[in-house]
Amino acid sequence: MSSEWPLWEIFIRGQHGLNHRHVGSLHAPDAEMAIRNARDVYTRRNEGVSIWAVKSNDIVASSPSEKGPLFEPSNSKVYRHPTFFDIPDEVGHM
Amino acid sequence: MTTRTQDPAAEPSAHRDAFVDWLQRMGDNCLILGHRASEWCGHSPALEEDIALANQALDLIGQCQFWLGLAAEVEGKGRTADQIAYLRDAGAFRNALLVERPNVDFGQTLMRQFLFDAWHMEILRKLKSSSDPRVAEIAAKAEKEVAYHLERSADLVIRLGDGSAESRARMEKALKALFPYTGELFTDDAVDQAMAAAGIAPLPSSLKAGWDSTVSAVLEEATLAHPGEVWQHKGGKRGVHSEHLGYILAEMQFLQRAYPGAVW
Repeated sequence: MSSEWPLWEIFIRGQHGLNHRHVGSLHAPDAEMAIRNARDVYTRRNEGVSIWAVKSNDIVASSPSEKGPLFEPSNSKVYRHPTFFDIPDEVGHM
Repeated sequence: MTTRTQDPAAEPSAHRDAFVDWLQRMGDNCLILGHRASEWCGHSPALEEDIALANQALDLIGQCQFWLGLAAEVEGKGRTADQIAYLRDAGAFRNALLVERPNVDFGQTLMRQFLFDAWHMEILRKLKSSSDPRVAEIAAKAEKEVAYHLERSADLVIRLGDGSAESRARMEKALKALFPYTGELFTDDAVDQAMAAAGIAPLPSSLKAGWDSTVSAVLEEATLAHPGEVWQHKGGKRGVHSEHLGYILAEMQFLQRAYPGAVW
């Protein structure tokens, strides 16, 4: 039965004003049921205060085969990484 | 809070017996329906439904703990909620016959849940203003859970009733099979009269109109014909049960009967 239902990606926002985070996926016949199923499957232990459900088909993803052209240029330019600054202790965690 | 309701020994015994009986009705409804829902664990048609039903079973068994815990406290004989749940025989159970009906299929499971949830919501709303603050507190906590149960079961009854030919036929059959077990939820007996007189709980008959309007609206949206006035089974709330309860208890109580006092 569930194989006939579309797949949804579920994002949950935790208690502390964080961003929504991808937690997994599930099947549901429509958006309303996707939210309800997400509530039952992913927030059973007080994980969240907000749920987003996105149809998996609607997600546009980068292709793994383009990993080189997409990501390597940034990796090889060490001057783009802010590792040359001394951060004063008073700033704390950044 | 008056000291009278706080100290079990000071309570008139007739009132106390009625109160304990009534608390067991509330607790046993939750316990038996929770057990029925838990029977689907690992067997549901979809993982998502499986987890949803297991959640609901846990909600109901949690509520049962509160009701039977209070029953034990009011009774004042040193029993615990667990002892009341696991060491009574069928004749001492006070749940309505509706909740012990077999699961059969998903249609009957959901219809039973919906008919019960609609009643549950009505009574919990009223119990929030119970003269006994302990009852009011349990009701306030349970109401939030049951609001979700009702939202979910009503939605699924609508989707399946107004769904495919197959799902519709199953929901029609479920409604016909279960409706004759709903009348008992609204009959008043001496225990109910005593609770109403003490302001602890509403008369069951006073909940009928609210339940009717929820059920009628959902059935209409589900395009299912309301069964109307049909003959009603009775007996559960005074301990006269169907053969199904014995099988539930055999499974539920086995461990405590075979290994008395066993703990995790």
